[in-house]
Amino acid sequence: MTPSRTAFAALLGKDLRTEIRTMRSLPAMVLFAITTFIIFRYGLDRTTLSGSLAGGVLWTTLLFAAILGINRVFVSEQEEGGFDAFRLAPVDRTVLFTAKAAALFIYLSVLELIVVPTFAVFFLPQWSGLLPLILVLVGANLGFAALGTLISSMAVNSRARDLLVPLLLLPLVVPLMIAATGASAPLLEAGAPSYEEFGTWLLVMGLYDGIFCLVGYAVFEFLLED
Amino acid sequence: MTEVENAVVLRGLGRDYGDLPALQDLDLDLPAGSSLVVLGPNGSGKSTLLRILSTLLRPTRGEATVLGYELPKESWKLRGQIGYLGHEPLLYQDLTGRENLELQGKLHGLSVEEANHRIDMDLEVMEMSRRADRRVNEYSAGMRQRIAICRAVLHRPKLLLLDEPDSNLDPEGRELARSLIGPGEGRTRVLVSHEPERARAEADAVLTLDRNGRAVELAS
Repeated sequence: MTPSRTAFAALLGKDLRTEIRTMRSLPAMVLFAITTFIIFRYGLDRTTLSGSLAGGVLWTTLLFAAILGINRVFVSEQEEGGFDAFRLAPVDRTVLFTAKAAALFIYLSVLELIVVPTFAVFFLPQWSGLLPLILVLVGANLGFAALGTLISSMAVNSRARDLLVPLLLLPLVVPLMIAATGASAPLLEAGAPSYEEFGTWLLVMGLYDGIFCLVGYAVFEFLLED
Repeated sequence: MTEVENAVVLRGLGRDYGDLPALQDLDLDLPAGSSLVVLGPNGSGKSTLLRILSTLLRPTRGEATVLGYELPKESWKLRGQIGYLGHEPLLYQDLTGRENLELQGKLHGLSVEEANHRIDMDLEVMEMSRRADRRVNEYSAGMRQRIAICRAVLHRPKLLLLDEPDSNLDPEGRELARSLIGPGEGRTRVLVSHEPERARAEADAVLTLDRNGRAVELAS
């Protein structure tokens, strides 16, 4: 068997290299998020947001931008024979799951690196809550990456892929979104950020991430079989 | 793995797609180091047979032992010892030919030095060295097939499963490919072909399937 670390690095490197070369996922995700902020700004007719409304706007936008990326996670494997090439190699099947989840985690992090400061410029009167928000973003990205990779691998062989991904993902992602919004809302309050129930919501997110990482790890091999 | 007398042993092998049988009651003993050509009309199960032997597809019934390993139970032991060249080249379009081969080398656990040595050698054989650093989506179908052949043999498999390997290749390309995927050098080959005369010339055995996926002739 090929060492899993070698195969993981090779697959992740391939995905990142392809994205840098083709820019098929990230620009669309960023453009979607920024356009949504503009619509919220004029739709709500507010120049500043705070608390749960700010959290809601941020996480609604990030969720739907993430779906654009999740839709494409396995497209090259499905369309270019990457699944077969991988299945012919002496590699632990779960390596593909971890490499794809890692790639999605990186895409989401890059997206947030651009989009969250934009959100702050558009809506936040003060930015002191942004530093602790990083913890919430990392926790949510882990959940998105694990669940998104799992759902994407289930939907990729269907011609209705673009419909199936949100249909399967959205109900399952509700607990993560509640926790992410719950943790973000006090951080985005006007004035100084508060840490009320911050730890509890982070714990909920950690639990969610753990469950879907384990589920993905456990079932992915079966999803790859014919 | 200890050397086996028969590289492929099939007993009553069958595969259905839903209610439709694609392959039925196939028995076969293929000695190690020999070449088998599989002939038959479209839809006779030739490609299905190759995909089962490659571990990409599970048989619906019957027994299959490949290089001494029982399928599908011991498939994981077999992977890495099979070179599969199917209808699709299994190449990422946005990577270069060389990058695709490097990825293949890493997935098969080759060291960087060993992989690079083999890649250079095989690209030279297929006369693709000068064009290996162009992206696959810029290649013609024939060039893609040449790189796909390099991919199939990069890890020096014991068993080659070749589904119409000459497709898209010009006469020069076919000749070049012989040294990598042709008979000899102890390779066991299972080759699907639509050119019976040419294929028979380099085969030790010929298996002919009918439209129902049944063997109608197995000749040595």
